[in-house]
Amino acid sequence: MKLRRSMLFLPGANAAMLSTAFVFKPDSIMFDLEDAVSLREKDAARLLVFHALQNPVYRDIETVVRINPLNTPFGLADLEAVVRAGVDIVRLPKTDSAADVHQLEAEVERIERACGRALGSTKLMAAIESASGVVNALSIATSSKRMIGIALAGFDYVMDMQTERGDGTELFYARCAVLHAARVAGIDAFDVVYSDVNDEEGFLKEVELIKKLGFNGKSLINPRQIELLHNAYAPTEEDVDYARRVVAAAEKAERDGLGVIALNGKMIDAPIVNHAKRVLQKAQASGVRK
Amino acid sequence: MNQQVQATLANEPGLKGLEAFNNFAHHNPYLKDQGQKFSRKVIASLQEAIRLSGLTNGMTVSFHHAFREGDKTINHVVQVLADMGFRDLTLASSSLLNCNAPLIEHIKNGVISRIYTSGMRGKLAEAISNGLMAHPVHIHSHGGRVKLIQSGELKLDVAFLGVSACDEFGNANGVSGKSRCGSLGYAKVDAHFAGKVILLTEELVEFPNTPASISQDQVDYIVKVDQVGDPSKISVGAARVTSNPRELLIARYAADVIEHSGYFQNGFSLQTGSGASSTAATRFLEQRMRRQNIKASFALGGITGGIVDLFRKGLIGTLVDTQSFDADAAESLRESPNHIEISTNEYANPGSKAAYCDRVDVVILSALEIDLDFNVNVITGSDGVMRGASGGHCDVAAAANLSIIVAPLIRSRIPTVVKHVTTVVTPGECVGVLVTDHGIAVNPGRPEVAERLKAAGLPVMSIQELYERCVAITGEPAPIEFLDKVVGVVRYRDGSVIDIVRQVKP
Repeated sequence: MKLRRSMLFLPGANAAMLSTAFVFKPDSIMFDLEDAVSLREKDAARLLVFHALQNPVYRDIETVVRINPLNTPFGLADLEAVVRAGVDIVRLPKTDSAADVHQLEAEVERIERACGRALGSTKLMAAIESASGVVNALSIATSSKRMIGIALAGFDYVMDMQTERGDGTELFYARCAVLHAARVAGIDAFDVVYSDVNDEEGFLKEVELIKKLGFNGKSLINPRQIELLHNAYAPTEEDVDYARRVVAAAEKAERDGLGVIALNGKMIDAPIVNHAKRVLQKAQASGVRK
Repeated sequence: MNQQVQATLANEPGLKGLEAFNNFAHHNPYLKDQGQKFSRKVIASLQEAIRLSGLTNGMTVSFHHAFREGDKTINHVVQVLADMGFRDLTLASSSLLNCNAPLIEHIKNGVISRIYTSGMRGKLAEAISNGLMAHPVHIHSHGGRVKLIQSGELKLDVAFLGVSACDEFGNANGVSGKSRCGSLGYAKVDAHFAGKVILLTEELVEFPNTPASISQDQVDYIVKVDQVGDPSKISVGAARVTSNPRELLIARYAADVIEHSGYFQNGFSLQTGSGASSTAATRFLEQRMRRQNIKASFALGGITGGIVDLFRKGLIGTLVDTQSFDADAAESLRESPNHIEISTNEYANPGSKAAYCDRVDVVILSALEIDLDFNVNVITGSDGVMRGASGGHCDVAAAANLSIIVAPLIRSRIPTVVKHVTTVVTPGECVGVLVTDHGIAVNPGRPEVAERLKAAGLPVMSIQELYERCVAITGEPAPIEFLDKVVGVVRYRDGSVIDIVRQVKP
């Protein structure tokens, strides 16, 4: 169970950020070669990210690269570079259907064979940024064994829906659709970025909402948001205490060869045990909520 | 009666040499003149006050730097001294900053030949590092300055002290008048030790002006001037508020280190320096203090708005202020009985009968460079040019129970952790913990602290690992090239010489 609460966006052409961003310890770092890189810097960004991915400082952190769409002159060159550099996950932008993922998967497999990388070791995720993407969310989420998650990208989506960002009502259906698709596929779901980095209160309000809905986490554009997000996702001391007792009871039941787990006279089933394990994992990652 | 006394004094062997009474105003003629009686110290011009002070070539003039980048006194007075034809003076300012660039001309013209200061920045620092002066500059700490004065090495002949307001007897403070700098911690020392004290004041206020940081019995002359300083520029430069995520990350780690250091108990005491991360750490400390219901007994030092905020929220009992770093601090000093002003002698002089810094539990300090032995450089930059200040760094590091250094591991492409610092200001034996954005290193001499931080899950690594991380990212910088000429002498707080600075090769 890999924790993916925070996915920090980094503009691929910003060498200074690339050389320090890992210190903020997000769960995943996403180097962006797409929208955050101007046309004339596409090659420089690709080269910088190619080297950053191979630097030992990124060994202990999950790396994601958002490549340009494959129908642009840059998409395939991006993919060649990052798969060879050992990226953990390729993020496909503007995914409208499963066919987009299949096309990407075929190219990834070809490159893995060509460079001698273990087949299937490059994972994929899709960003859903349109009405058709949302409607096709389930088929996108289940399109490949390589898929680890799908992310909703709010800006393009609201444009497509002829509305604008507001209190979250505009994203309500999309959030629920993406989340359900992810859960059916057994992969992670990521919420949109919160762009007003100075509005901590607004950010935390949105985090509270998406946490309640069930999102694994959120895409972030400023390192200052990481700690806030991790803390909001951290379990309370009581949660941790209960989870410890659940896991202990489960272990005891297993030792005793009992099929039924009981805690304080109440029966506990597998989903509760799994949930408890996730709680302990979050507590391990960022302590209890402060 | 007088003749009788005179005769007795002349004839009685044991009373020879004593003076017979003349009249009540014989030695104090101003008592016979109402105008003189009240206003005799108020002098019409600075030139006249200087003449009256008896200043001659080769003497030492002193200043305080409480207005930091907003100071209008030092440059003005030195210009007047130059115009009056003075030469070969020693300038003893508690510190010098970017705004003091005009002094370069006065050094070139021979008006100033020697300097004692805690630090220097900007063009002046660059010129001196490039060999401007015949004699090296003496860099001292805030506490060490008082020690040098006490020892007699630094003899302050005439102190020129800029204050926002004083009365006609010379009772002065930094919390009345318009241009309030807050604490006069540096000036108090000069007022006490200098041969003659000239106050430059923006306003003459009604007698008695209380509280008197500088007292009437310390002041010789008072000159009213248009402006002594611009308080809005006190918090420019070193003392600023940050939203930089890297500085905030370091600040959060620093607060974590304090929380788990073993010293975070009710009644603990602290000091934070003026750096961005250091100032920001107070914000993160607040949550931790509230969570654990911990209050600090006192906070010492350069007092910042962040510290004042904790004080106003009841999380710190007393603020002990030798320098106010911003308007919030100055205002708090003015209005709060538990925000007290102290001199740098009381703050950090190792020769003082008691220094507040000796009672500090944890201090957060910054660094330009720190080496594998934890020695800290806060004076010379990566190009060998002096561009910082010793300040209270080595004073509080020596005295506090735990010194925490905060610094980004890499500034642009310049590593902070190095094999050997360019200039030692604070010896590594006084440094407990280094907090960087990449991780935390604990001095091997403090194994108990390392254990506590590791147990709390903080990213503790060796300083060697941090150094290797630096080199992996930036490569090994080429060594700085120096010429033979000594341009700076770094004085440790006890007066000894801890390092020297040579002229940079152009």
